[in-house]
Amino acid sequence: MRCEVRQREGVRVVELSGEVDLESSPAARQVLLDAVAAGGPLLVDLSGVDYIDSSGIASLVEAFQAARSRGTRFGLVAVSPAAMRVLRLARLDRVFEIHEDLEEGLGGGG
Amino acid sequence: MSGEGERSQILAGRFEARPDQLRRIRHALARALEEAGVDAEGAADTVLAVDEACQNVIRHGYRNGSGAIVLCVERGGGELVIEIRDFAAPVDPARIRPRPLDELRPGGLGTHFIRSVMDRVEYRPASAGRGNVLRMVRRIGPA
Repeated sequence: MRCEVRQREGVRVVELSGEVDLESSPAARQVLLDAVAAGGPLLVDLSGVDYIDSSGIASLVEAFQAARSRGTRFGLVAVSPAAMRVLRLARLDRVFEIHEDLEEGLGGGG
Repeated sequence: MSGEGERSQILAGRFEARPDQLRRIRHALARALEEAGVDAEGAADTVLAVDEACQNVIRHGYRNGSGAIVLCVERGGGELVIEIRDFAAPVDPARIRPRPLDELRPGGLGTHFIRSVMDRVEYRPASAGRGNVLRMVRRIGPA
């Protein structure tokens, strides 16, 4: 798994890629929670996620809740088919703010 | 009991019950399913269910201590039959339930995933020695 953080147009973008599983999700969780704690809007790019399990989904939920309690924006962009399948199984595809791609995510929300 | 007797084993392996082994288990399983001609959706469902089941063994069976997981996958009669055996203390099947999804909180999703993607799921004590067997069945297309 790789987890990178960058800034795009005043938005913090966390790019998760590879396999997010029980071994790697604690690192992803920490990066996501740190990004939320840093403040400001946050988008998580899941385009490179080949696999995600319940522990990876739980990390996203936890960061989403932390952002919500701070009143900051948290969205998912470019969700890979593998990740979308698991989000649907968790019935979270209608809970998260989800955008087709990063450009749409940067333009949308507020 | 359709398909009994016509099944062929496509994977058998023994793995250490550790988070760093899950990737190995998933890749070995994905390769075996692909070689057996299982469709992509059936394969993805099976890999997720086996990963989540192994996580349950690591976290709840062995309570993050050391132990082994024996995985056996057979194909036949339009089904995949997956058995995951551990050597941990007996598990009460009544305690292994998917959590309600109406409450948004992290964790507790693995068992829900297993039940969502598998057609049948049964837990039983190992027939010999200490341990538990999780048997999962997933209908797939003809071989």
